[in-house]
Amino acid sequence: MEEFLQQLLNGLAVGGIYALVALGYTMVYGVLKLINFAHGDLFTIGAYLGMTLLVSSRLAGSLPPVLVLLAVFFMVALLVALVGCLLERAAYRPLRKASRLSAVVSALGASIFFQNAIMLIYGARLYVYPEDWRPDFTVDILGFTVPGVRLLVIVASLVLMLALHAFIQRTRIGAAVRAVAIDQGAARLMGINVDRIISLVFLIGPGLGGAAGLMVGIYYGQIDFTMGWSYGLKAFTAAILGGIGNIPGAMLGGLLLGVIEALSSAYVSMAWKDAIAFLVLILILIIRPTGLLGERVADKL
Amino acid sequence: MPLLELKNLHVCYGNVEALHGIDLCVEEGEIVTILGANGAGKSTTLLSISGLVKPSQGEVLFRGEALHTLPSHEVVRRGITQSPEGRRVFGTMSVLENLRLGAFTLRDAAANEATLEWIFELFPRLLERKEQLAGTLSGGEQQMLAIGRALMGKPRVLLLDEPSLGLAPLLVRSIFDTVREINRRGVTVVLVEQNARAALKLATRGYVLEVGRVVMADSAASLLANPSVREAYLGG
Repeated sequence: MEEFLQQLLNGLAVGGIYALVALGYTMVYGVLKLINFAHGDLFTIGAYLGMTLLVSSRLAGSLPPVLVLLAVFFMVALLVALVGCLLERAAYRPLRKASRLSAVVSALGASIFFQNAIMLIYGARLYVYPEDWRPDFTVDILGFTVPGVRLLVIVASLVLMLALHAFIQRTRIGAAVRAVAIDQGAARLMGINVDRIISLVFLIGPGLGGAAGLMVGIYYGQIDFTMGWSYGLKAFTAAILGGIGNIPGAMLGGLLLGVIEALSSAYVSMAWKDAIAFLVLILILIIRPTGLLGERVADKL
Repeated sequence: MPLLELKNLHVCYGNVEALHGIDLCVEEGEIVTILGANGAGKSTTLLSISGLVKPSQGEVLFRGEALHTLPSHEVVRRGITQSPEGRRVFGTMSVLENLRLGAFTLRDAAANEATLEWIFELFPRLLERKEQLAGTLSGGEQQMLAIGRALMGKPRVLLLDEPSLGLAPLLVRSIFDTVREINRRGVTVVLVEQNARAALKLATRGYVLEVGRVVMADSAASLLANPSVREAYLGG
């Protein structure tokens, strides 16, 4: 029972991180029909920026740690959001009218660029996250002791997901984002500035991805410059699992993938967890080729 | 000065020129119809007014101001909205959400509610179905939604692209009656139609397009009486 609960919570924490990264893939795909291969590296940038900010905030002195963590969290999200927005301007917008393949090549190039930039700036070694900022409290759930950092990661990712969901579903700008994803031409006829909406998507997606990078650093305590590759692949898988282009799908896909991974590494085999996760993906895609919530693909084409 | 004026408008799709110099003008308060066969360039003409396609040559003027150099969202801000060919409603969004998007550029909530009420008066079916997803509406209802959505932008000029396409005759009449009612409320209308007879009965003036050129421009009554128009577009 305890093992199951701990693994479930661990799965939700990892899954929440996957979901946050998956949202960036799925939102960009929604508006541009482009897989942003550089998204995983934006996530890595978030992890490294978070580390730098946390290390340098030791200098800030006597502020309460909670405040420092929150401030770093928002700064990382904001900075990575800006990088994402610049990426779109520099690498994707000039290719908007070119074939889709050109943009994909540009995305792969941007990914290599970011990865090497991080390596050149920070070096190729593994980094350990500053321990003193790791929340080390514990919480009792059903009589079991659960690490507080695990719950924090779950809560933070859920809060971000719910906030995004409310923004997309309830606000005027959120409706414009959905409209651009459905039909750019018709959205233009509504007076929507499509370029602005695309910029906004490249702020939100990378912002969430960057925050997820910071969360991985805090949760696992170590980062390296290639981490964006494996997390990016997993998150991309999660986006496909939920139905690419579908925002609730990315959330569901991420959480599901995290839980499947955690439970299969606990009860089947650590070494096989990735294989099992992808097996589930393949099975789901055989039964539902558009992903779990992806029934909307048909009317988009 | 005409409200809307196209001067020597050329539009290319890749290497193919679709419009070879269109001249057209619309006065305030008119219903102007653009007739022509498939591929004559009717929809391209409307899309170039809205700024979705850019002319390779020539001008689109609104009260003398150049529209063709503006991005499409600026055209909407100036009061030119369009119900496009094929309706293009946002299928996975509700009727109400579609309508509210039509007022995207207008921030006066009270005024938008008033427009919404007017649209529900024009199309009571939309009120009945306001929570329904637009993609689940019938063709006629989607057409009403596309027109209603364009009206939510409080247009001075409403561009309608084939509102009768694929609709039952009774529904066509009702849509055309509604267009007349909209025009009475002070909205200038540019109507692209294949249903030439109904369009000419409604319109003040008409233009006939053939393969990207204006071949006739006259009052609707004279076009209705014109033998060559009768033969080509009104079934003899």
